[in-house]
Amino acid sequence: MSKRLGQYGLIVLIHLGVVLIWHVAIKVSEIPDYVMPTPGATLMALGEDYGWWHNTVITGMEVYGGYALAIVVGVTMALIFNWFKPVETMLMPLMVSLNMIPKVALGPLFIVWFSYGVGSNILISFSICLLPILLTMERGLKEVDPDLIDLVRTLNASRWQIFIKIQLPGALPYLFSGMKVATVLAVAGAIVGEFIASEEGLGYLMLQVQVTMDTAAMFMGVLLITLIGVLLYFFVLLLEYFVVGKTNAVN
Amino acid sequence: MSQPFIHLSEVRKTFKSKKEEFLAVSEVTFDVEVGELVSIVGPSGCGKTTVLKILAGIHSYEGGTVRVGNEDNTFNPSKDIGMVFQQPLLLKWRKILDNVMLPAEILGLPRKEARERALYLLNMVGLHGFEDKYPNELSGGMQQRTSIARALVHDPKLILMDEPFGALDALTREKMNLELLRIWEESKKTILFVTHGIQEAVFLGSRVIVLTSGPARMADNLLIDLPYPRTLDMKTHEEFGKFTRHIYKHMGM
Repeated sequence: MSKRLGQYGLIVLIHLGVVLIWHVAIKVSEIPDYVMPTPGATLMALGEDYGWWHNTVITGMEVYGGYALAIVVGVTMALIFNWFKPVETMLMPLMVSLNMIPKVALGPLFIVWFSYGVGSNILISFSICLLPILLTMERGLKEVDPDLIDLVRTLNASRWQIFIKIQLPGALPYLFSGMKVATVLAVAGAIVGEFIASEEGLGYLMLQVQVTMDTAAMFMGVLLITLIGVLLYFFVLLLEYFVVGKTNAVN
Repeated sequence: MSQPFIHLSEVRKTFKSKKEEFLAVSEVTFDVEVGELVSIVGPSGCGKTTVLKILAGIHSYEGGTVRVGNEDNTFNPSKDIGMVFQQPLLLKWRKILDNVMLPAEILGLPRKEARERALYLLNMVGLHGFEDKYPNELSGGMQQRTSIARALVHDPKLILMDEPFGALDALTREKMNLELLRIWEESKKTILFVTHGIQEAVFLGSRVIVLTSGPARMADNLLIDLPYPRTLDMKTHEEFGKFTRHIYKHMGM
């Protein structure tokens, strides 16, 4: 336990170290504030009346909403693909092609189709993290040793038993690796949506303060966006720990 | 004279791909009595696994007769087969005890009794105290012991083993051979043991079925009349050498 604590301590220390280097570097090199603010100045930006809390909540909703939707839809699709092979044969190549589309480029289209706002940004975020989740889950469900299937078939195991006792627990580590990749994408998707067209959210706020060259507020925006992502990532790690445990990691 | 427990006669099996038919097994004929430990030996790709899978009901067959069970020993194919493969095939997210319990869970056996039996079997295969470990905490030999316990947990009448010790190092393999003989004598199961190790086949089996390459044609059905319990120094006996030399000759060596 104390070893764990030490590890966490080290992580915090390294982060603080970077902030310190950031501060010292700016002081020494005398870079002006409007190019690169100090950590202190960045923090002070929170004092400005930019509606920080509201905008953070909006972006958070878009990120978490899109991410959650992608998990529900992605896992469901992977299950359908696995249960109905003809559907997989028909649709899987399409999914791989769709995966190649830079989802960011769809942003303007989404706004034409669904108008701008939280809903569209959830959809952009959703579309960008759907495929990694779908593809890893689909692959994970296939990762069963055929000999093991033979073994349980000699016991007349039902399809449901094979799924719930062997296939699903075996697929979870794959799903989690896809989910971790998707955390970054979910944040990127929401911010792109806000950049293209919006009237609230941290991406919107960053464009507003850019006009007045409030670099400190832009930095704060980036920090808060990162924080939204980090929180999501930690949540996924925690969930993985409780659902999958230490023994079932992907080799 | 009652019927043998297992009866195979002129069994034939082909695998069809788009272009060609591949004859995997042909003219395989042998009987196994209840409680026998019979080795099936042959070069790789000779179809010995196919014979095992036909017996397990995993593969179909085109010609001949396959019958398991007789009047005194009824055989229910969905409850009476235990299988051990070359890989232990343990579920890495389950503890050792829960891995052993898997067949009992699938068959819906009463949990409490199955648990007691699993504990008894783990003790029998020498894994007492490892019940709560995870597979990756155990050595290859111990994982294979677990899979043997798993094959026994639902008290099947027939154990099918497909090169179970093929992935183990030579020394562990010898140890596991002795263990298997002990487990066999204790459990009184009928065991079919597929291997490509000629020494192993002779050392374990009361009989050795020799298959030759190409399609699995039966080359011999050899009675190994060495007494049980068998010991490692029997391997140096004149008679043991006679059996192995005989089999090597069938393989053209």
